[in-house]
Amino acid sequence: MKPAAFDYARPDTMDEAFDLLEHHGNDAQILAGGQSLAAMLNMRLASPRILVDITRIEALRTVGTFDGAVDVGATVTQDRLLRWPGLTTQPLLTTVLPWIGHPQTRQRGTVCGSLAHGDPSSELPLVLATLGGRVILSNAKRTRTLSAAKFQTGAMRTALEPGEMIVSARFPTAQEGQVYRFHEVSPRRGDFAIVAVAVVADSEGVTVGVGGVADTPSVRRIEWLETDAFTDAMNEFAWDLHATNDVHATAETRRGLVRRLGAKLIEEARDALSLC
Amino acid sequence: MLYLSADGRHPVRFTLNGRYVEGEAEPRLLLTDFLRHEIGATGTHVGCEHGVCGACTVRVDGLVVRACLVYAVQVDGCRVDTIEGMADGDELNDLQLAFQRHHALQCGFCTPGILMSLSQLVEEEPHADGSRVREVLSGHLCRCTGYYGMVAAVMEVLAARRKAKNV
Ligand code: FES
Ligand code: FES
Repeated sequence: MKPAAFDYARPDTMDEAFDLLEHHGNDAQILAGGQSLAAMLNMRLASPRILVDITRIEALRTVGTFDGAVDVGATVTQDRLLRWPGLTTQPLLTTVLPWIGHPQTRQRGTVCGSLAHGDPSSELPLVLATLGGRVILSNAKRTRTLSAAKFQTGAMRTALEPGEMIVSARFPTAQEGQVYRFHEVSPRRGDFAIVAVAVVADSEGVTVGVGGVADTPSVRRIEWLETDAFTDAMNEFAWDLHATNDVHATAETRRGLVRRLGAKLIEEARDALSLC
Repeated sequence: MLYLSADGRHPVRFTLNGRYVEGEAEPRLLLTDFLRHEIGATGTHVGCEHGVCGACTVRVDGLVVRACLVYAVQVDGCRVDTIEGMADGDELNDLQLAFQRHHALQCGFCTPGILMSLSQLVEEEPHADGSRVREVLSGHLCRCTGYYGMVAAVMEVLAARRKAKNV
């Protein structure tokens, strides 16, 4: 299908973008890579009055390490981040990025756009939440920093207010002695994940993030109490997510996947830890 | 700042397969429709129109993208490459010839998009292996041929290009 009519604005600076966003409020929608937005517009699931294309704003194109984190500007594509030489500072991103969509969508789809879209099954919100990352938001007057958990408020819902936009996302860089694992299950590679699990382990315990089940990524910390305590912990975690049935999988399948994927990744991470 | 109103038709100019083209577009006009209806370049096909099938794949400034998820006004001033630029006149290029030899197409509906994705792969990754080729193909749906012949065709082209360049 074709999108409904909209005005198209392409600001060259942040100030111009803020003016537009402030002036048009809820009628405005930010366009970056458009890999989710343009599809929604084509299907008329959304019909903003004006699209604000931020891709030519120089200041939003940067990626670097800042304040102990990989700082990804609003228009940096998933593919560009994947090819960025500094990405070695956060191996979880290196592992996860190739799971997002397809090479074709990653060359246009942005990291921050994926966070702003807030799909419960998408990988980047899960990674940000599991790593304890933050999102930097600005409007014409102020800048604020939100944790991943405060930023994503529900399925396809975020704390972004009218007039505000994501400036960058910060994924904490790897700490010495941390081990990372990620895996997801979907009908075919590149499809929406039925369950995705990310794991960050260190000498004291393991942080487990689960995506695809609840409305937002869920993160839980499990200490290395006794050898097999984590299987019980994963079982509890799986039940606490309140999985529901849909066309892709039953609640039972989802719980089973959370348990098994979780336990498998934790075990792998623990083994890798004992080696280092 | 550029501001284009919803009801107006606005000039869009870019380089298409090395040639300057221009036309007019409302902001909501998709690049697929601009290419096909405004320019008359119907080599780029339209399947799902929401980013899933890959039939509409083109290259914008060298990157491989879904033309059904891009508005024509966004590519003003860019370099756009489509299937029409692949052959040299009547001479098919190596990738097209390999597709023919390996029966990598039947109806040909998915083929232009697939060839555009693969053109980037063979240019940028001379050492791509079978699984990388499959990963790139995973962004495309072919409803009649299957992907086996396509993989074989690309592997052959990669090997031949490596040999020609001695890498
Ligand atoms: S027509 Fe663009 S991806 Fe299907
Ligand atoms: S050759 Fe017919 S869809 Fe691919």
